Amino acid sequence: MSELLALGDDALIAAQRLSEWVSRAPTLEEDVALANIALDQLGAARLLLSTAGDEDELAYLRDGPQFRNCLLAELPLGPARGDLDFAWTMAWLLLLSSAQLLRYTDLAASDDELAAGIGAKTVKESTYHLDHAHQWTLRLGGGTDESHRRVQEALDSLWPYAHELTEGIRDRWLALVEPILAEAGLTRPADRWQPEGGRTGRHTEHLGYLLAEMQSLHRAHPGAQW
Amino acid sequence: METPKPAVAGADSLLGDVEEAEAALREAADRALDGEASFDAVIAADQKIEPRDAMPDAYRSGLIRQIAQHAHSEIIGMQPEGNWISRAPTLRRKAILLAKVQDEAGHGLYLYAAAETLGISREELTDALISGKQKYSSIFNYPTLSWADVGAIGWLVDGAAIVNQVPLCRCSYGPYARAMIRVCKEESFHQRQGYQSLYVLAQGTPEQRAMAQDAVDRWWYPSLAMFGPPDADSTHSAQSMAWKVKRFSNDELRQRFVDMCVPQAEILGLTLPDPGLRWNEERGHYDYTSPDFDELMRVVKGDGPCNRQRMAHRRRAHEEGAWVREAAAAYAAKQNGKVTV
Repeated sequence: MSELLALGDDALIAAQRLSEWVSRAPTLEEDVALANIALDQLGAARLLLSTAGDEDELAYLRDGPQFRNCLLAELPLGPARGDLDFAWTMAWLLLLSSAQLLRYTDLAASDDELAAGIGAKTVKESTYHLDHAHQWTLRLGGGTDESHRRVQEALDSLWPYAHELTEGIRDRWLALVEPILAEAGLTRPADRWQPEGGRTGRHTEHLGYLLAEMQSLHRAHPGAQW
Repeated sequence: METPKPAVAGADSLLGDVEEAEAALREAADRALDGEASFDAVIAADQKIEPRDAMPDAYRSGLIRQIAQHAHSEIIGMQPEGNWISRAPTLRRKAILLAKVQDEAGHGLYLYAAAETLGISREELTDALISGKQKYSSIFNYPTLSWADVGAIGWLVDGAAIVNQVPLCRCSYGPYARAMIRVCKEESFHQRQGYQSLYVLAQGTPEQRAMAQDAVDRWWYPSLAMFGPPDADSTHSAQSMAWKVKRFSNDELRQRFVDMCVPQAEILGLTLPDPGLRWNEERGHYDYTSPDFDELMRVVKGDGPCNRQRMAHRRRAHEEGAWVREAAAAYAAKQNGKVTV
């Protein structure tokens, strides 16, 4: 079940990141959409973590090195810690949700009944997340000079992290993402630096802050019911 | 362990009122007066005024003010509770809170849409909020200092909102009445989750219990103040009642809220911070100590604990999103251009 735990951690950390947008989105419609995607990610995380143990023990009582999420999921949604950049977020969501869609599709076809059930549910959600990121990639890529510059810069910065994200599904993933980039008039970044380590518990500096915030209340009251 | 699900006394009958209002709305649509009926005749017959109908300027501007203020409150209200999403103590609580704050954005959306039917644009409404020209509910100018505040807001603030809003399901302006029916149904869920969350804390460790009591101590009076100034000082009330926008006075609704909360607090085992609270056999209501309306006016005028923070947050989100909205508009314009060429 270690693959399910890794996917669950991706979804949990992504939900935590996405919910930073609540009350801060560029439009009210987008506030609703981003919260919705965060909720879907959280829902998927709960299903996936529950296959490996108690969801709250896993979310709140593990330390950084025990998390198995890919590095991409934990990155701040902007160039630096505390930043919240919309172009960055949409590029991040494009890379992440396309990989999730493929992983969940494989899960849905699995022999394991539980995994297949989770896959069937999450495929539908990821399809919507990818569509949302796709539409915004087109708008930002083809909108103004500023939006094009911002989304290209974000894509260039995030692309290296897609290496770890897409291990084992690289070709299928490229077949999904490259046409979207072309349609949006964006340049597909070159494959050079390939940071990794999330799957074995070697994370970026960013995860510690995320966990410190997420786990603080739960850990302050050991054994309490909520 | 399955958490207990205490009943919320009083909330069920309020939801019943919402359903009755919905039925009345349908019935009114079936026996619509002919299109030429005057505004006064429609109001007198308890029919709904619709966007196409003629209406007095003051009715229109009063409704815009009220609906806009309500919409702005939903938008600003996302901040105090959103403050605890990242730290929610379990994944289940995190999901509930995220869904709730998302509902508030949704309420803001359809209330803005209801206001737009009166001939004002979303952009104008947004500007009026950002510039401070239009207000939002002062309750959101108080800080959420502990997790228990999320429960207390659900129970007291959403509870007060429901008491205020259920009568609006029968408001004479159709789009507002219809929006309120949906809003009230969701608010009822919000109140239940808050109450249930607070109940669990009240039954929890001594620290959790203290957290819950402290939250109730801080949110009780601001919640009572949500019903507005006492009837004698309420500037918009009389005309609003005549036009059937407003159906009960501020003090009537405040009393209804107090009467609903006292037995609920007893079930929680928490104390409402008012030594003057006692049942009055003669009146058939609880006597209570009024909120400090001077404090309410100070907060309304901008000097509450979080007015500046809430406005700065909203302004920043709006300004930082400007380039995104411009990009979306530019892209849409290019797409439209392609279609016509």
